[in-house]
Amino acid sequence: MASSTADRPAGLSLEPQSRRIGEKAIVTWLFVAALAAVLITVGIIVALLEPAAEFFRFVSVTEFFSTARWTPTQADPEFGVLRLLAGTGAAVLYSCIIALPAGLGAAIYMNEYASHRARQVLKPLLEVLEGIPTVVYGFFAVAFVAPLLKDNWWTWMPGRLGEEPGTQFILAAGLVLGIMIIPTVASVSQDAMAAIPRGLREAAYGLGSTRMQVATRVVVPGALSGIVASFVLGLSRAIGETIVVLLAAGAMANLSIWPNDGAFTMTAFIGRTSTGEIAYGTITYYSIFAVGALLFVITLIVNLISIALVRKFREVYE
Amino acid sequence: MSRQSVRTRTAVQAVQDTSIRLERRGADVAGEMFRAVLLLCIVVGIVMLGTLLAYVTWRGWPRLDLNLFTQMPSSINLDTAGFLPAIVGTVWIMVGVLVTVVPLGVSAALYLEEYANNDRWWNRAIEVVIQNLAAVPSIVFGILGLAFVVRSPLALGPVAFAGSLTLTMLVLPTVIIASREAIRAVPSTLRQASIGLGATKWQTVWHQVLPTSVPGILTGTILAMSRAIGETAPLLLVGATTFVQFLPNGPFDGAYTAIPVQIFQWVVRPQEEFRVLAAAGCLVLVVLLLLMNSVAIWLRARFSPES
Repeated sequence: MASSTADRPAGLSLEPQSRRIGEKAIVTWLFVAALAAVLITVGIIVALLEPAAEFFRFVSVTEFFSTARWTPTQADPEFGVLRLLAGTGAAVLYSCIIALPAGLGAAIYMNEYASHRARQVLKPLLEVLEGIPTVVYGFFAVAFVAPLLKDNWWTWMPGRLGEEPGTQFILAAGLVLGIMIIPTVASVSQDAMAAIPRGLREAAYGLGSTRMQVATRVVVPGALSGIVASFVLGLSRAIGETIVVLLAAGAMANLSIWPNDGAFTMTAFIGRTSTGEIAYGTITYYSIFAVGALLFVITLIVNLISIALVRKFREVYE
Repeated sequence: MSRQSVRTRTAVQAVQDTSIRLERRGADVAGEMFRAVLLLCIVVGIVMLGTLLAYVTWRGWPRLDLNLFTQMPSSINLDTAGFLPAIVGTVWIMVGVLVTVVPLGVSAALYLEEYANNDRWWNRAIEVVIQNLAAVPSIVFGILGLAFVVRSPLALGPVAFAGSLTLTMLVLPTVIIASREAIRAVPSTLRQASIGLGATKWQTVWHQVLPTSVPGILTGTILAMSRAIGETAPLLLVGATTFVQFLPNGPFDGAYTAIPVQIFQWVVRPQEEFRVLAAAGCLVLVVLLLLMNSVAIWLRARFSPES
């Protein structure tokens, strides 16, 4: 395929082509359309970097990456972004505790256990779960999950863990966030498992393996890079989610991973600050872009890891 | 390492692990427990989905009346307040998304599937960029929209079409990926027959490939639109105002709001009446999305190669 046209004499190409200018113009347009994704990515980088650079003229990088308080709107503002990173980390931690095992389990069940009919019911249900808008999840978190947890808090637990939470706390956000990303984890994992050749399973069954053995010793190890990719992708979604954490986790930039504490995440800060009245060109305005740039860099790294893992997986089996 | 060796290694490992247990069969207690745990994993999500739907229906039911669809939002007459401006705003936004994302997304997919030579590094780079773009947080698109669409260089100001363009950028990867799959599923014999009859490449694409892949493209587009309808965070940044007391004049003029933004504004208010309104709004949004998803799923099942 690579050398199909290269070593033929000029003018003897077997490729279908036309000398009509119209056709060339169309191909050019198609290429430009494909380039739009690149332009958008470049646009994101430019849109973030310019104001972020402006921000760092006021605030030093060391101050930004310190654990000092995060109080951008006060008279004497402080910008310790590690507080926001810790908030994101805490919410993501609790969401992953739920979503990673549940998503993986759901994928194994769908791929190895469910009958064809059961799969036809379960797959659309998971798609519906994926399609529920974040604002509905946010409402559910703040109006149902948070009060339910608060009223039934395990107050018998010793020390810090036994204290009843306020109206907004990390666990309420993390729990709903976790439910939200189950379908992402499940569907990407299941794609990876479905790509495992039938012969491999049949060989294991033929040698007397039980279903559980096939699932845990053949399918899961075989699809491992795809499964890890699904975890990473779920992580990326949890990091970038805004509305649920904005509504349910609160706006206290705590340095805490206790489930009953409030937390302020990077995305919640951007969302909350941008809905308020902020003057163009102030340091608060620029701080949105600085935090946005950090968020973009983190998710970019996470996404590239996930893309590389999926590639690696495809190379093995396809 | 060859592909065969990975498979062989995995299979041999499986044999070694399992052959020891062949002697003692009997009731497979561990297997049944494993199955129960897996079932629990999938049930967690579905039970939460059921709880969510039941809760939203129960809370929102009292306000699920005609006023909700025909009245302006109000902070005084809460019993008759509605979200008509949000519905109109969402319609304007979605029309804007549809007319921009479909030509752009389908064109990009056609280029990548029909024309791009994968040995060229720039074509592979475009693919990675699209994959990455699909996982960029939605609020980052809001920042992009704020910087480039609302302010210079496009300088549209906070109007509905600025929201449209922001959401277009957000769902473009979804449309491209779905369209590519649909185009890839078109049998190559169709292309060969067309080219054998003397059609040019573009004639083949336009008259054979594109019509054949329409159901798949349509499914992807509906799913992308249903994602765009529910997005809140980016719209908060590109000027969707939370309290609009009048109808927007059109996509290029005046303040606008959208259904999810209106719901968000109701949720953040502490009073009970606003919670009820928020629940009713959520119910409307979820039903709308369920309808769109059902159409997409039906289309996919109706035109899938297996049927």
